Amino acid sequence: MSRAKRDLILYVNGDRFAVSVEPRKSLADTLREDCHLTGTHLGCEHGVCGACTVLLDGEPVRACLILGVQAAGHSIRTVEGLAGENGTLHPLQQAFWDNHGLQCGFCTPGFLMLAAGLLESADPVTDDKIDDVLSSNLCRCTGYQNITRAVCAAARVMRQ
Amino acid sequence: MKPAPFDYIPAASVAEAVAALAELGDGSKVLAGGQSLLPMMNFRLARPDALVDIGGLGELRGVQARERFIEVGALTRHLDLERTGVPGPLGSLLRSAGAQVGHLPIRTRGTFGGSVAHADPASEWCVLAALLDATMTVTSLAGTRTVAAADFFTTIFTTALEPDELLTAVTLPRLDESYRVAVVEFARRAGDFAIVAVMVACSVRNGVIGDARVCLGGVADRPVRSLAAESLLAGQPAGAAAFRAAADAAAAAVSPPADIHGSAGYRRDLVSVLLRRALERMAP
Repeated sequence: MSRAKRDLILYVNGDRFAVSVEPRKSLADTLREDCHLTGTHLGCEHGVCGACTVLLDGEPVRACLILGVQAAGHSIRTVEGLAGENGTLHPLQQAFWDNHGLQCGFCTPGFLMLAAGLLESADPVTDDKIDDVLSSNLCRCTGYQNITRAVCAAARVMRQ
Repeated sequence: MKPAPFDYIPAASVAEAVAALAELGDGSKVLAGGQSLLPMMNFRLARPDALVDIGGLGELRGVQARERFIEVGALTRHLDLERTGVPGPLGSLLRSAGAQVGHLPIRTRGTFGGSVAHADPASEWCVLAALLDATMTVTSLAGTRTVAAADFFTTIFTTALEPDELLTAVTLPRLDESYRVAVVEFARRAGDFAIVAVMVACSVRNGVIGDARVCLGGVADRPVRSLAAESLLAGQPAGAAAFRAAADAAAAAVSPPADIHGSAGYRRDLVSVLLRRALERMAP
């Protein structure tokens, strides 16, 4: 039956995961429940809040709007893949810390991956561009100012 | 907030996809980028029995340039068009419209053909297809046929596509260097579907408008050309007087719907303001 579980390989943060999932399972649920990577958070589950944003082949995507089976064979990066092996924070994580870019932290993985997708791309980055890209995700705590400040600060470090 | 179970059929070719659609009938849906279909399935507003996933068909992604036309493959991503190198006014129109589709993580996944087949009356690509009299290329086991944009969008979320047909490409005419284009939208939040969207493409030579195209999104059950505005613009000097007359006529001619996002009168006012703004801003 084609609605039965399917075996697939996901490459997440450089690691290979062999999982078996129903076709209807989102990439976000697959990451959390089958790869046991619970850093990716689920808010609205219909593509409005951006909390589940991850990188797919280097580009930011909403993991609630992609099925796990659609990601088979692709390279995925989640918030667990940001910090260095020895725990050194990624420049974005450090900038969020320094600029108080989070309070409760629920939306933070999504914002970090969204910003990582922008800052690690070849696209030119301006303050207006950062504002436009960050408008994709919702945060109920910070009022956004410290998040944009953090991403602008990280941009200065990463784009030196 | 999870989709109901469905049969999943990844297609390895267009032939395989249309064979699957023919076998499965109208309980099946085509999965392209999934940025409209999957939210509807997560809400269970859509409960297809089967999904035919065409996401792996790389041959359907990208823009083919011909002498007088370009052919946009159905799986061309919004972001591809936001960054397209298509020259001239058509390129400006594609980049400007592409940049206004949803948010970045939607534009990396969502597809041109998926938007056109989904037929949201405020969708940038549906408005652009109607503006330029695009031609849709549609394939099924019975062969390939073409459908003009004017016949393609039948009503909200509904097109001339039969359940066993796959939209593979959309052909857009190149616009010569005399054209001036603009895309202007209003939404309450960044990235939302527009409450009203306006696209214009006018040929201007020696300060006088020739061919005039005006298309409105969000004011009816499908994207609509404003014949009232077009007829008032053609032959007139490109300036404030003609722009104001066209904007007022376009607003008077629409009968927009009222919903939680705005009343009919509010939408009509938006048509007037946004069309005047679009005409004032249009550029090569």
